[in-house]
Amino acid sequence: MQMNIKEMVEKIKSGELTSEALVQSYIEEITKSEPTINAFLTLTCDEALAKAKEIDAKIKAGESLGRLAGIPIAIKDNICTEGVHTTCASKMLEDFIPPYDATVIKKLLAEDAIIIGKTNMDEFAMGSSNENSAFKKTLNPRDITRVPGGSSGGSAAAVAAKFAPVSLGSDTGGSIRQPAAFCGVVGLKPTYGLVSRFGLIAFGSSLDQIGPFSNSVEDSAYILNIISGTDEYDSTSIRDLKEIDYTAGLQDGIKGMKIGVPEEFFGEGLDEEIKESVKNSLDKLKELGAEVETFSLPIIKEGLAAYYIMSSAEASTNLDRYDGIRYGYKTPNYTNLDELVENSRTEGFGAEVKRRIMLGTYALASGYYDAYYKKADAFRRKLRYDLKKTFEKYDLIVGPVSPVLPFKIGEKKADPLAMYLADIYTINVNLAGNPAISIPAGKSKEGLPIGIQLMGDMLCEEKIFKAAYSLEQALAIEL
Amino acid sequence: MNFETVIGLEIHAELKSKTKIFCSCSTKFGAEPNANTCPICTGVPGTLPVLNEEVVNLAIKAGTALGCTINKYNKMDRKNYFYPDLPKNYQTSQFDLPICSGGLVEFEHEGKQVKVRLNRIHIEEDAGKLVHVEGEPISLVDYNRVGVPLAEIVTEPDLRSVSEAVAFMKKLKSILEYGEISDCRMEQGSLRCDANISLRPVGQKEFGLRVELKNINSFRELQKALEKEERRQRELYTYGEGHKVVQETRRWDAAKGKTIPMRSKEEADDYRYVVEPDLPPIIIYDEQIETITKSLPEMPDEKKERFLTAYELTEKEVDILIGDKGLATFFEKVVKLGVMPKAACNWILGDILRILNDRKIESEDMTLEAENFARLLKVVEEGKISNNVGREVLDEIFDENKDPMKMIEEKGLMQISSSDELEKIVDEVIANNPQSVEDFKAGKTQSAGFLMGRVMKLSKGKANPKVAKELVDKKLSEI
Repeated sequence: MQMNIKEMVEKIKSGELTSEALVQSYIEEITKSEPTINAFLTLTCDEALAKAKEIDAKIKAGESLGRLAGIPIAIKDNICTEGVHTTCASKMLEDFIPPYDATVIKKLLAEDAIIIGKTNMDEFAMGSSNENSAFKKTLNPRDITRVPGGSSGGSAAAVAAKFAPVSLGSDTGGSIRQPAAFCGVVGLKPTYGLVSRFGLIAFGSSLDQIGPFSNSVEDSAYILNIISGTDEYDSTSIRDLKEIDYTAGLQDGIKGMKIGVPEEFFGEGLDEEIKESVKNSLDKLKELGAEVETFSLPIIKEGLAAYYIMSSAEASTNLDRYDGIRYGYKTPNYTNLDELVENSRTEGFGAEVKRRIMLGTYALASGYYDAYYKKADAFRRKLRYDLKKTFEKYDLIVGPVSPVLPFKIGEKKADPLAMYLADIYTINVNLAGNPAISIPAGKSKEGLPIGIQLMGDMLCEEKIFKAAYSLEQALAIEL
Repeated sequence: MNFETVIGLEIHAELKSKTKIFCSCSTKFGAEPNANTCPICTGVPGTLPVLNEEVVNLAIKAGTALGCTINKYNKMDRKNYFYPDLPKNYQTSQFDLPICSGGLVEFEHEGKQVKVRLNRIHIEEDAGKLVHVEGEPISLVDYNRVGVPLAEIVTEPDLRSVSEAVAFMKKLKSILEYGEISDCRMEQGSLRCDANISLRPVGQKEFGLRVELKNINSFRELQKALEKEERRQRELYTYGEGHKVVQETRRWDAAKGKTIPMRSKEEADDYRYVVEPDLPPIIIYDEQIETITKSLPEMPDEKKERFLTAYELTEKEVDILIGDKGLATFFEKVVKLGVMPKAACNWILGDILRILNDRKIESEDMTLEAENFARLLKVVEEGKISNNVGREVLDEIFDENKDPMKMIEEKGLMQISSSDELEKIVDEVIANNPQSVEDFKAGKTQSAGFLMGRVMKLSKGKANPKVAKELVDKKLSEI
């Protein structure tokens, strides 16, 4: 078994392990496999080693260090890092170097974490396969003929390929949970507002949420302890949060926990092997003492349309600022202001980003607003209400993460709608704001990872972690 | 045919907060280009706005002062349009739920009581300023104004003449100034207005096609722009011959003294309004409104009433004083320092106004302090210097707020009031002007005036005229 982060930190602090050696071991993996996997857009190995030596020296000098002392971490390339390229995998931001650190980065650095690189993603976090990156295609470390999922595919691949013990991604409609499932790692989307979005380059502002990728549920909880909290720079961050140690109750077990399984999650389009695997996990949960019950939650079938309207509408306004004037890609082909803006955007954005901008612009156009945006917003309220009611009855909702196994590179590239359908099980919690985790549930016959999703009530991450931990221990999957 | 003019105004008033609406940059006017900017107001990717509470309170204050209903639940929206003075290419404003609704402004104009209903007040961020470099094919942007908080005050089409519109603006300005809501510095752009104007045949109920005039930033320009547009429309209706008034937006070009078409209704922008997802709804509490209502300073109407009863000034005098907040404040300070109100008023409306006009200075920018002015007026009141000398001293001390006493002493301007000193001068004058004495004795009483003039001249204007006159009369009667 691999060491968990807490143990690594303890060993580094006690001198049993040096941060330098730890970072070096990950750099060796990167040197060996990164040329194939392509998880990173920017690597900061030299800086990471220098920082590791600094940390080792401080420990030797008897200084007390933070909860991530000497631990390397990979960061999705849409989270701002001061002085380090943050491109959103877009030609538009190819040369963008943020003048500030995102709040999550500040929190990690305050605990003496070491940033080892910035990871590849679908451009502006729009996509489910990492094929929309303007720069490179990340391959799935479990099967390099397949995609790692998206949009946080680079962050998921980095952990699966052992380039880093932990990484950060962002989840707008499943962008953490789906790649976690595809790469066989743990991925958490926290409650909207639990982790600050300040410094996360916006896609769908009311849906985006930063969360960790890790090898274990315990590591996920450990990282959430550090990155969560109210942020005065993010007005959507939840005020007056209780101080919670998410790792504290992991071993409490789940006896008596009520788990609801929506039958709508097992309808047409779900891969048989995934269905089997999830059912197997549900049996395990029963064995562990949970009450598992199938029920009907019809509204979750309708979420996809609302999600694509909402997220595209917000994206269309969030991406307005990229006009070639202040920063980012500027076209050489213009003779006036309109051409400067139009050509910069036409040349700087990729096809999928342009598709979403058009979709969102259409949904917000006067005359269409009521039919699309307003309806999606009304749906969202209803969904929130229905989920709230559901969580009065059940502690958790459990189901699949993705309807399909990791697909082949290029397989769905030409069919955006098929790609959008891959988000069907993940988007509901983004619309409602609830937390959800994806953990490995098994393997397909071909050996491809399969994930299972546990969703909870608002701010009920503790319950999610508890159940996920019990299931993880019981399944003991070796990928 | 006789036409009736219908006017409605949209006023942008800069709210008097020290910092911008969404970040902590200064709102101070006149800084170096782009000195008052940060990653937040310049929309650097990943940054988020945080609403300035002071701005909300100032808007509530405006609403209270203008008789609006304060909407306890209101929200921010994004108004999307591409222009380089807007770094995010959307303006964060309020669309369907503004902070204040309704309202009423009443004032007397040309002997009649005018009532203007307000439609709404909403808060929003200002845009930057484009500088077109003369003779060069480039434009520069100064983002100092971006994020400066504005209140947009929208009236109903209740104004029925150009002069009424100007009078309304003056009234509104004084309310905003006295309420300490806005500085209303039109020359600095902190109070601007757009005007909607239409004509209809007298007696017709329906409004005519309206034209929106933009870019008006002084009372005089408002008057000129409206008069010009009123005439243009009247001529089109009267002699149009196929040329018609169309619903359009026209820009007022102050330099050319005419309006220029900007866009017609057909090409009107679609702003794709959408809820600002980065800011939660604004919730206002009753106690908040109560506290603000209580803290509201004396409004111009109340002040007028008080001035009329307390200081025994004429209504005209009071109107001029109140009409210029700087003058009214100055007046009250001077009176508090013990100067007779009538004298203070005369001096302020006469000499101070004259100097301000000569120097082209706004009363708020006057360096002369009430203390020094009051000291000067007291010396005049006590007869120690004459009115004329007083005027000269005022001119001297005005620009640098000098101490008048020092000036009077240094230049030896103190009036001669002692009979002993004056007697010598009078004796000398009588001795040197025997012809005039003769004339007086012969019944030419005006000779006494001539002799008085000589006395004043010989004393270099310092003779106390009252004492000198008495002495001259006495000496003449003795001869």
